[in-house]
Formats: sequence, C-alpha cells, structure tokens
Amino acid sequence: MAAQPETIDQVRAVTEQKYKYGFTTDIEAEVAPKGLNEDIVRFISAKKGEPEWLLEWRLKAFRVWQTMEEPQWAAVSFPPIDYQDAHYYAAPKKKEGPKSLDEVDPELLKTYEKLGIPLREQEILAGVEGTEGKTPAIAVDAVFDSVSVATTFKAKLEEMGIIFCSISEAVQKNPELVRKYLGSVVPYTDNFYATLNCAVFTDGSFVYIPKGVRCPMELSTYFRINQANTGQFERTLIIADEGACVSYLEGCTAPKRDENQLHAAVVELVAMDDATIKYSTVQNWYPGNEDGVGGIYNFVTKRGACRGRNSKISWTQVETGSAITWKYPSCILQGDNSVGEFYSVAITNNFQQADTGTKMIHIGKNTRSTIVSKGISAGRAQQTYRGLVKILPKAEGARNHTQCDSLLIGDQCGAHTVPYIESRNRSARIEHEATTAKISEDQLFYCRQRGISEEDAVSLIVNGFCKEVLKELPMEFAVEAQKLVGISLEGSVG
Amino acid sequence: MIEIKNLHATVDGKEILKGVDLTIRPGEVHAIMGPNGAGKSTLSYVLAGRDGYEVTEGSVSFYGKDLLAMEPEERAAEGVFLAFQYPVEIPGVGNTTFLKTAINAIRKHRGEKELDAMQFLKLIREKTKALGMSDEMLKRAVNVGFSGGEKKRNETLQMAVLEPRFAVLDETDSGLDIDALKIVAEGVNALRSPERSMLVITHYQRLLDYIVPDHVHVLAAGRIVKSGGKELALELEKNGYRDFGVNEAA
Repeated sequence: MAAQPETIDQVRAVTEQKYKYGFTTDIEAEVAPKGLNEDIVRFISAKKGEPEWLLEWRLKAFRVWQTMEEPQWAAVSFPPIDYQDAHYYAAPKKKEGPKSLDEVDPELLKTYEKLGIPLREQEILAGVEGTEGKTPAIAVDAVFDSVSVATTFKAKLEEMGIIFCSISEAVQKNPELVRKYLGSVVPYTDNFYATLNCAVFTDGSFVYIPKGVRCPMELSTYFRINQANTGQFERTLIIADEGACVSYLEGCTAPKRDENQLHAAVVELVAMDDATIKYSTVQNWYPGNEDGVGGIYNFVTKRGACRGRNSKISWTQVETGSAITWKYPSCILQGDNSVGEFYSVAITNNFQQADTGTKMIHIGKNTRSTIVSKGISAGRAQQTYRGLVKILPKAEGARNHTQCDSLLIGDQCGAHTVPYIESRNRSARIEHEATTAKISEDQLFYCRQRGISEEDAVSLIVNGFCKEVLKELPMEFAVEAQKLVGISLEGSVG
Repeated sequence: MIEIKNLHATVDGKEILKGVDLTIRPGEVHAIMGPNGAGKSTLSYVLAGRDGYEVTEGSVSFYGKDLLAMEPEERAAEGVFLAFQYPVEIPGVGNTTFLKTAINAIRKHRGEKELDAMQFLKLIREKTKALGMSDEMLKRAVNVGFSGGEKKRNETLQMAVLEPRFAVLDETDSGLDIDALKIVAEGVNALRSPERSMLVITHYQRLLDYIVPDHVHVLAAGRIVKSGGKELALELEKNGYRDFGVNEAA
C-alpha cells in the first residue's frame, strides 16, 4: 500500500504525545446517580422520552441480567467490576436536544476537532461547495458519553430514503422499524454484557437503507467516553433492505483515566436479500498506561444476520486500544448463498489483554465465510484468537476458510489461537491455517542498515503483516489505521 | 575516507577480529579475501553496527566521524551501505515502499527535503533503467520469493537509490551462477565512482574477475595478513590460503 511511508511520518509526528486522545472536555454534564436498579433504568428511559414498549423491554432485560453471571471462559483476567459504582447515564447538559450544529456546545465541537473528526467544517463545506451531484465521502454521527450530539448530512441522505440518526431519534421518529429489528439479532437474553446493554443503553446509531439503494457515502460514528466513572453502553442497529448496500465505520477514543471504564456496546446488523453491509471499526479506546493502570474494558457484542439470499456482511476491525477487549463480531448466515467475512487486526502492548475472534454460523445452503485474523502482541500483553465455525445440517455446500496469524514482539507476550469447528453437514468444506512468527532481529537490522529507525522498522514490518486486513478498510481510514498500528507498538522494542 | 585502526571485536564473548587495520580512500575498491571463519562477515557487521558484535578495542573513523559511536541507521544516513550476503525477506512490505521509506529517512537525517511520490517514482525509474532492471521486481514484497540472483540485484538497486559513500559487499557472489554473477557485477561496476569507495568481501577470486579491485587484502584469523594489488587474488586462487597457516580442508 503506497500510503505507508506517509504513515510513518505521521507516526513520527504524533508519537511524542503517546495517547493523544487522552484529553477531557470540560462540559457541564447531567449524570444519573451512581448505581444500577430498576429506577435507573426508568430514569434513562424517561430521559429519552421512550415509549412504553421500550421501557418494558429494558426492564425485562434488567431482570434477566440480575440472574446472570459474568462469563468466565475468556482468557482475560481483571478484578471484579462493581456495577453499582458507576454512572449509567451522562449527558452534556442541555435542556433540549440540539436541533442543528449551531446549537451544539462549542466545547463539544472543539473536542471533535481535536479528535480530527471533520464534523463541521471540512465535510459540510465539501457538501456546500462541492459541485452538484458530487456527494461528500463521509457522514458522521458523533456520540459523546451517552448522547448522540450531531449527525451530519442527514438531509442529503434523507433524499434517498436513507435513515441515519441516533438510535434515540429513531425510537421517536421510526419506532416501527426499531421495534421490529431491535434485539432481533442479539436478543435481550443473549449474554451478561449484551443484556446489561439492553437495560441501560443510552444512545448509538441507527441506519436504514431502503430497498435497492446503495448508500453513496461512508457512514461513520465516533464514540467518545468523556465523563469519569461512566460506562458507555451504545447500541447500533443497521438494516440493509433488499438489494441495499452500505459501508459503515465506527471509531472510538476515551480520555486517560486511572480507573477502568466499562464499555459494553451491542451492534446488530440485518442484511436482507442481495444486501451488503460492510462494517469497519477502528478501536482506539485508552489502553491504560505502561504499567497497566486504567484503560477501557471493551466488552462488546457484535452480530450480523444475513437473513436474505445472496446477502453479505463483512466485519473489518482494527483493535489497538482498551485494557481488555472481549469481542467476537459474528455472522449468522441464514440466507442461501450468503457470505460472511471477518478481517481483524488486534494489537496488544504493555499489559493489554484481548480475547477476540468471530463466529460464523452457517445455516443456509452454499453459505461462505472467510476469516482473516492478524494478532500482534508486544510487551507483556496476552492475546487470544477465539473463533467458532459452525455448519448446521441444512448448510449444503458451506465453505469456510480461516487464516490466523500471530506476530510476537519481545519474549514476554503471548499469543493463543482457539478455533472451534463444528460441522454437521458432510458436504461442508472448512479450512483452518494458523501461523506464529516473531519480528526477527535480521529484519530489524536489515531495515536499520537502510536508514530506517527501529520504531519505524517495526511499524513497517507490522503494517506489512497486517496488509491483507488493512486493505479491506475504506480508503479514508486505512491511513489512520496504519498510523495507529505504529503508535500502539511504540516502545515495544529496544 | 575510512580508517580502521586496530579493530578488535567479539561475538558471544569470542574474539573474532584481532586487530584489523585498513584505510580506504574515496573511489577505491578494496577486496577482502579469506578462508571461512577468518572474520570477513564479522568485519562487515561491525562496520554496519549490528547488535551482538562488540568492539573491544580500536577505532573506525568515517570521513572524520567516529563510526562506532553511531546507531546502524545513523551509519546508513552517513553513507554506509551493506549489501547482505543473505538479503532478508519482509512479507507484505512492497519493495517500493521499503525503498521510499529508507531514502526519506536518510534524506531527513541529512536535512534534505523528503521526496514526494512523484519525485521518488522518477528517481526509481531512472535507477532501474540504468541497471537494466525491469520494474516488476519493485511491485513485489521485499525479497519475498526472489531468486538468489534477484535478491542480489535488489541489493544493487537499493545501493543505487541510497547512493552511499561506502558500500560493503558481503559475499555478493554466494549463491549465484556465473550469468547472475555477471549481471550483478555489471550493476556494481555501474555504481563505481570517484566519490564512492567499496569493500568487496569474498571467498573466491572469480567475483574479482568482474569487479576488479584496486587493492586486495587477505584476512586470516582476525587480522589482515597480506595486502597487495589485484594480482594477489590470482595468487590466492592458485595456492589457496595454506600460506597463511590455514588448511582449507580442515
């Protein structure tokens, strides 16, 4: 990829700052009292002016959650979380929700500028000044702590019948769609963290692409946790109706804090006949410091249902942040000939832990899935790829190819690969390839002899290692991801 | 000018170089010949600054600067280039990307403006053309799946692009058949210039038929035991290294 040398320059430019997203924004926030009980669930629902059915759904989830236990099977360890010691709702203080960007608190806009989100100027100017018929590349929905603050290009998208807004807004304006699909992929009983999310989710993005429409731009959500002691529980729901096509990107950052913060999101994707959803994540939550203090616990449930024939869901993730990552973006391949893809780069450094992978559930005939996972471990980090490929009896001719590569930097980190393969159909074909390698002394010396510094050499080699996955990212974000790869591994050699 | 004085170096605590003295002036091509285990490769790694090669005594002055005090990448930026005996594969990293990263790192060190994509492309086209190479090799990952000859040609290309003041060619002939050797040697000869000096390290004389040196030195048991003109290489070819207390058959 030709962008790499530029990438290395950018890495150089930002590395002095280490985790550069570690600032907080001083905005008066409206915060729910600490703790979690039915009243808090009601409080959140009331704050959002939700209909009765949604409150009932939240309460049902909350009651189930109280009977559940945290999953213990992942290869991660952390002290018990006191779920009563967190705020479950924090909103930038404002009497009414912002109606336009002009009403958004200027402090917030500054924050997004720092994050490099062209929420206002570049994108909107591009939209205004751009020649007719030329559409801007990205529409952004920004979620700050618990509340979605602004969605750009909504009007432009609306012309095509595309709905792209915060999920709170969708609950108000398109309740029938939300009610039909919410919880239809990840039910409220699914797992400890997802169920907790059902009870207390505060905001997130909603996307609906109508029949036959190809979304003309990247849709993007930027999540940021700002408030101390808050969890972020966002909920994203994306529906691509028959023949629709959409590419969606989420990015995440959080300020540096010494305490751990919980992020338990749920993402549901639904693809109908001939629909395609491409979901890309660049996750850069604060990973904690060099000694493993602080950082985000990223316990996320992401699942896509290929409901229709010939539908396709593709997950691409670049995971560089978080103290702990627990995440398995999955595809339920229900429609005949449907396709599921999972491309992942996970980088763990210092004391980070990641247990991540995917699940591909083949139900329909001739369903195909591809898994490419690239794990990079440095420092004292531990990383596990955990993946399930399941072929059900009716999945005639199902095919899976899994490729799982681990790269180790230094001698104190670990990489583990745990594939689960279950096939109940004789015609299925499943392939699993796995490799583990180290960045060799030879490679580093070779690069340095050509004038490339050790850190740039690591970045170059790792970018090469991840290339297959990074090329799956939308162009606009590939460069950012390459940059992150370099930053995340800073200080991992020498 | 490169002045190596009384250079001693150890690897894993074992002394390999035991007092090497050598002066190379701009434009000169010196050849170092010697039996296996004489310390030829150690000398090249010590000059390039590889970890694990510890200098215990002596000095290397590179155009007035203390070469041994520099990191490998600084030495590269100062103009030291090592053509590897076994060029290293870097999967997924395109040859062009690698070269561009390297040249811009070096230019930056020298306080020169970095090349943008267009300038770089122009440069690399010139260099491949001058070396009679196709640019197909540029599209592939660094040395991955390259034949022995291609790897060595790639080293030559890197040298052409990075334009070092001093190039060390470590056993450039190893693993090459005679045709490949000729091509690589032609490339190297094209890069000879009054400003550039070279140190050609080889076991066999045949490379020196194609890259003709100004001076030939015999390295045995960690010291330069004999120096002479190019005719010394022929003498060695005839008599082997026996005269220097080394039995090749051993």
